[in-house]
Amino acid sequence: MAKTSIAKRENANRAGYLFVLPYGIVFAIFILLPTAIAIGLSFTNYNAISAPSFVGFLNYINLITNDEVFMQYVLPNTVAYAIIVGVGGYALSFLLAWALAQLSRLPRTIYALILYSPTMTVGVAMTVLWKIMFTGDQTGYINSWLQKLGIINEPIIFLTNVTYLLPIVIIVGLWSSMGVGFLSILSGILNGSEELYEAGAIDGIKNRFQEMIYITIPTMKPQMLFAAVMSIVNAFQNGTISTLLAGNPTPGYAAQLIVNHIEDYGFIRFEMGYAAAVSVVLLLLVQVFSTISTKLFGESD
Amino acid sequence: MAYKGNRIGPEKFEKGQIKMMVAVLPLVLFMLLPIIFIICHAFKPMDELFACPPEFFVHRPTMDNFTSLMKASRTSNIPISRYVFNSLVITIATVIMSVVFSTMAAFSLSKLKYKGRDMLMQVNQIALMFVPVAVMIPRYMVVTYLHLTDTYWAHILPIVAYPVALFLIKQFVDTVPNALIEAAYMDGATEMKIYTHVILPLIKPAIATGGIMIFQQIWVNMETSNYYVNDESLKNLAFYMNTIANLNNTVAGQGMAAAASLIMFVPQLIVFIVLQNSVMNTMATSGIK
Repeated sequence: MAKTSIAKRENANRAGYLFVLPYGIVFAIFILLPTAIAIGLSFTNYNAISAPSFVGFLNYINLITNDEVFMQYVLPNTVAYAIIVGVGGYALSFLLAWALAQLSRLPRTIYALILYSPTMTVGVAMTVLWKIMFTGDQTGYINSWLQKLGIINEPIIFLTNVTYLLPIVIIVGLWSSMGVGFLSILSGILNGSEELYEAGAIDGIKNRFQEMIYITIPTMKPQMLFAAVMSIVNAFQNGTISTLLAGNPTPGYAAQLIVNHIEDYGFIRFEMGYAAAVSVVLLLLVQVFSTISTKLFGESD
Repeated sequence: MAYKGNRIGPEKFEKGQIKMMVAVLPLVLFMLLPIIFIICHAFKPMDELFACPPEFFVHRPTMDNFTSLMKASRTSNIPISRYVFNSLVITIATVIMSVVFSTMAAFSLSKLKYKGRDMLMQVNQIALMFVPVAVMIPRYMVVTYLHLTDTYWAHILPIVAYPVALFLIKQFVDTVPNALIEAAYMDGATEMKIYTHVILPLIKPAIATGGIMIFQQIWVNMETSNYYVNDESLKNLAFYMNTIANLNNTVAGQGMAAAASLIMFVPQLIVFIVLQNSVMNTMATSGIK
């Protein structure tokens, strides 16, 4: 009797559905449904006042063929940002985590805390801090230091300067990129099995670099993949830095990222259909890059 | 290379580690400088804020910036205490709802067997790549359609389902031995009993981690105040602090703005320091297989 009841519980468990239901409902309403609406809207012309009218692929065609700002500024900026902050930040998290893993507990914890803390400064702190740092006259810290070092003679108006804006946004992005992924990698390295390292040494591993390539990375592929997905998402969704530093649209579209483009069309011009199309492109980009990293780090066996 | 014992996660401090500490130090300092700057700036008296050339460190710390921040809020229609209250209610409600829902779902996805379970897990795994800003407009429509505009729910509900938190908790629940659950079944426990008496006590680190991640999402969230809430008295502290920071974008206002950002930053830092052990324990199982 007891046995059949367990068997029943293991096959068709109604409680299973009940337990997943509360999360499932909120997930469906605030994640699935909005995504579906975005896809639907992307095929329409919608200005938030009159009803959306179906226009087929027009928004996507316009995005590719007609949107000079998108093709000339937004896409190249986003790609540059994603490569440097996404890939570069990812490599940096790995190297830092690897270095930290060789420290004893207290210094490791302190270092990790310092590296992680910038991710907690999103929003208010970010604006205040970097705006003051990059103030465009001699009262700005960066300007003052550069002048003291004799690198520049005249203060640079950083936050409206087309040349410097994107690099500044990228530096701020890198600064705040040691997030959950970094912690995951650190923990992954720390939990590697000692036997493997010992066996590696017997099998003729010569230095720490070989150890990293042949033992550390292969044993923590799942953490590497999780961190990769996190840094891809982070690299593509971060538009707040540009907006907070330089407004939207940024001067000369110099630091306009895809997220800023969506906000520009959605909340400033109220071309909701078009903004939705850009959103769908953003979601697809993230998906494509995540699939690539799954191919790289996914468990093949 | 002769094997000299494991260098990963060493128990004790050894001289060899100094090399590594020095090697990473420049980068760690680069990450730390801006934080030190905010702290210094928040305590600078007026003449040091105005100093030219500007000074990085504070010489005569005062609480002036904090008091003028309080004064500024007294002259506005809505006192700052209202925003603090809003943020506390919103944050606590969101964290509790999210942790309860996520742990329940994690238990279900990890330990209960039913049709469609693997598919649900797949959907959540894909949603790890979800970018909330991409669906701000449709979310706005949903919030309006459900008549949530100008309620606390407009702040809370969009954040409650956080796929990364569910994923991390679910991975942790996977490590709870099935034998424990089978034994509980044998003793006639219901699923609810197993959830409250077996699962929850064993996944405390994951609960802490999920909680802190949601906390970090909701505490600094300005989107909901910007787009889903028009009533000034229902907006949150992050929004208010940001308004102050932008309104007073003069040198005099800088000190106030720095004080405001410190007020937003410190609670997060404290929560993280208190829970960092749990977070690292949870991260050990964070991999995507």
